[in-house]
Amino acid sequence: MKARVYVTLKNGVLDPQGKAIHHALQGLGFAGINDVRAGKLIELDLNDQVSDADIEAMCRKLLVNSVIENFRIEREVPA
Amino acid sequence: MKSAVIVFPGSNCDRDLAVALEQVSGSKTHMVWHRAGELPDGLDLIAVPGGFSYGDYLRCGAMAANSPIMRSIKEAADRGVSVLGVCNGFQILTEAGLLPGALIRNAELNFVCRDVPLRVENSQSTFTSHYASGEDVVFPVAHHDGNYTADEETLDRLEGEGRVAFRYCAKVNGSARDIAGIINDKGNVLGLMPHPERVVEPAHGRTDGRRLFEGLLNALG
Repeated sequence: MKARVYVTLKNGVLDPQGKAIHHALQGLGFAGINDVRAGKLIELDLNDQVSDADIEAMCRKLLVNSVIENFRIEREVPA
Repeated sequence: MKSAVIVFPGSNCDRDLAVALEQVSGSKTHMVWHRAGELPDGLDLIAVPGGFSYGDYLRCGAMAANSPIMRSIKEAADRGVSVLGVCNGFQILTEAGLLPGALIRNAELNFVCRDVPLRVENSQSTFTSHYASGEDVVFPVAHHDGNYTADEETLDRLEGEGRVAFRYCAKVNGSARDIAGIINDKGNVLGLMPHPERVVEPAHGRTDGRRLFEGLLNALG
């Protein structure tokens, strides 16, 4: 079973990387971009015993810094 | 003063910090590998050095903050042992929750490596007693992620309680309120991005950092 953890910067936390990407896209001539925020995707390959609460604990303990980041967990639904 | 420098894979200012401590104190500093479960007995000071622990993977300091030695460092800090974190050491202490806030990528995205003027904002701490409040000193910085950030309430509390130890005299990395170094609520943990250990002897070109270690020696014996 796979789970994906999406880590994003909280609103208001400066994202210099997103800004640089924004400028680069504008430099390439892409119009209509209001803002760019860059985040992280962490893929976990887990056995079936790992609960949602376990994944959340992983996020709080290591994967995410709650001072500056938010997260969202997405579990892959078996086909 | 019995001191220890913690060494993580990727630390690179550990020896500089040990040299500064040994020169000033005249006694041997213990080098403690991060996998050691326990710290030496009777420490007065734990120094967490600069560098790029674990290659800055995930977030700067995040891996080191969860390494085995960190539990012992937290317990020692709770007992009142002084803890100094420089550069990556500051990042590790915030990630470990020993200091509030976080250090994010420099606002201009550049790695900043130069001497910067700092203002000593509080000379009442264990770490800054040999400086005068409001005094300007020059320490080198060398970092990519030194942009201090915290919510407004935390920043107000730090300012109100005199816990901003050092402030940049000019914009360096985008830090909130130009904060360069902060102290915890009990007053026994200091984290700062600039490197006092790189300016301790005339051969370094400056000696402004030496008084930080002399102040510690004076306070801790």
